[in-house]
Amino acid sequence: MTTIVKAINVRKSFGAHQVLRGVDFEVENGEVLCILGPSGGGKSTLLRCINHLEDLNDGVIWVDGEIIGYELKGSTLHELPPRLLRMQQREIGMVFQHFNLFPHMTALENVIEGPVTVRKEPKAQAEARGRELLTSVGLADHCGAYPVQLSGGQKQRVAIARSLAMKPKIMLFDEPTSALDPELVGEVLDVMRALAATGTTMIVVTHEIAFARDVADRVAIMVDGEIREMGPPAEVLANPKDARVRSFLSRVLS
Amino acid sequence: MILQRASGAVRVDVGALNQRSYRIVRLKHVGRWIGALVVVVALALLVQAFAHGQIHWATVGEFLTAGVIVRGFGNTLLISFFAMIIGVSLGTLFAIMRLSANPVTRFVAWLYVWVFRGTPVMLQLLIWFNIALVFPRLVIPGLYEARMVDVVTPFVAALLGLGINEGAYMTEVVRGGISSVDHGQTEAAKTLGMSRFQTLRRIILPQAMRLIIPVMGNSAIGMLKFSSLAAAISMGEMLNAAQQIYFINGAVIELLFVCGIWYLAGTTVLSIVQYYIEQHFGRGVAGTPAKFSFRLPFRSNTPLSGGVEESKA
Ligand SMILES: Nc1ncnc2c1ncn2[C@@H]1O[C@H](COP(=O)(O)OP(=O)(O)OP(=O)(O)O)[C@@H](O)[C@H]1O
Ligand SMILES: [Mg+2]
Repeated sequence: MTTIVKAINVRKSFGAHQVLRGVDFEVENGEVLCILGPSGGGKSTLLRCINHLEDLNDGVIWVDGEIIGYELKGSTLHELPPRLLRMQQREIGMVFQHFNLFPHMTALENVIEGPVTVRKEPKAQAEARGRELLTSVGLADHCGAYPVQLSGGQKQRVAIARSLAMKPKIMLFDEPTSALDPELVGEVLDVMRALAATGTTMIVVTHEIAFARDVADRVAIMVDGEIREMGPPAEVLANPKDARVRSFLSRVLS
Repeated sequence: MILQRASGAVRVDVGALNQRSYRIVRLKHVGRWIGALVVVVALALLVQAFAHGQIHWATVGEFLTAGVIVRGFGNTLLISFFAMIIGVSLGTLFAIMRLSANPVTRFVAWLYVWVFRGTPVMLQLLIWFNIALVFPRLVIPGLYEARMVDVVTPFVAALLGLGINEGAYMTEVVRGGISSVDHGQTEAAKTLGMSRFQTLRRIILPQAMRLIIPVMGNSAIGMLKFSSLAAAISMGEMLNAAQQIYFINGAVIELLFVCGIWYLAGTTVLSIVQYYIEQHFGRGVAGTPAKFSFRLPFRSNTPLSGGVEESKA
């Protein structure tokens, strides 16, 4: 197994508020890491640092051979120019809680937007692959539908297909099912489960404990900007050592 | 107490409900009929008054298609069209500048809006028209040199005056449109690796258009009318042409009516065009294509009667 993501001492503050207080972790190629934790613990912020939607105050994030957002010169990090940053960002897929589909484009147009506009793929080729991707998330019949015409679960599956269309090295999910009606959660988790089975590296922030237990190779519990506990789900979920983690888990598991 | 008495007027014993189906008699809207009658009579009187007033309709008909007037209207259209293009381009450019991270750029855009929105168009037209008093010669070192009066013809002055003024208004409109687009859209575009420009062109502006187009439609209609101000700087648009004719033949009202008819024709066409453009940019929005801004004048505007109409159809 090879490491594909490595975070060292990641720190992030908004003003005086320290949101990430030195986060360290590694993710292996093909691994599924689920991040759990109480609200406000910094889970979203950590994900957003991984694809550099937020810059760091300290530490580094390394993805598949590159430091994200910076260039290492000796012992200093220099901010990357936007063009190079974009080349890194397109290798990292991200699925948002609120989908963020482009409302003026059909499902298929959403999916091919990245490949055509960014990767400059020929449209016909992108469309063929876009249809394949939409089929693989169970939306073969909805290629021409605009986001308003889709249910929340369908929207999120389009969003997953849109990210996958860029053939990312890793996929980040920020509470992908939190905005969904309960009966629609399953269809999205099924797609993610199938994706995990193909060996895609995934970092998933979620409140779905059952999903974490079944699908994750490891779970991390984040409290107050730190990873307090990290390991195989059976271990971490069953007998956590940290007191804050225990109280969090007892609340969500009950 | 009052409630009780009011409902008492229509009180029905539950036992009286012995039929499954009743014939329904619609309420007679007497007031509506009287209102309509009054309006129709008033209109008839108005038409009558104009038909028999001191106005020579044959002259109106004659000048409606007169070469000078039609050419004048052509100029009006030309000015309005290009001034709108200048306005929209400047508006988009300065709106992006106002939203930029660079404070200097932001300030320049703010200054532009402040100056050109804060002074009357008429004044701006006159200043452009007389710009040669300030800068007698236009010089681009090594490339171009000319007398300002030759460059800034009345047509150019009208274009600059109307276009730059329109741009100041469009800046605010476009800025509002761009700001209205959810920030999540920009983030989604970023994660796909899109550049700022690509994001703006492919994601943000098409969505901002939904807000911008209706305002822009109104601006275009306004521009068609404002272009008549250019008559003051002897730009040969329609109103100017009409004035020159009635100074000679004295048919003042007739020629003004001719202009009125042409302006109405122009604004009507614009309203129709606006309707179709709005439909185009409304795609992907709940409720399209029910969003009307252009309506036939006799179509009801109230949602209630609109609903009745639809259920009848
Ligand atoms: N852009 C920002 N500006 C200021 N503060 C922020 C910003 N983004 C996040 N925060 C703060 O950082 C803290 C952590 O936020 P974050 O969204 O990362 O938590 P989370 O673990 O994802 O919580 P949740 O489960 O509610 O999504 C919160 O206190 C939040 O208010
Ligand atoms: Mg969050």
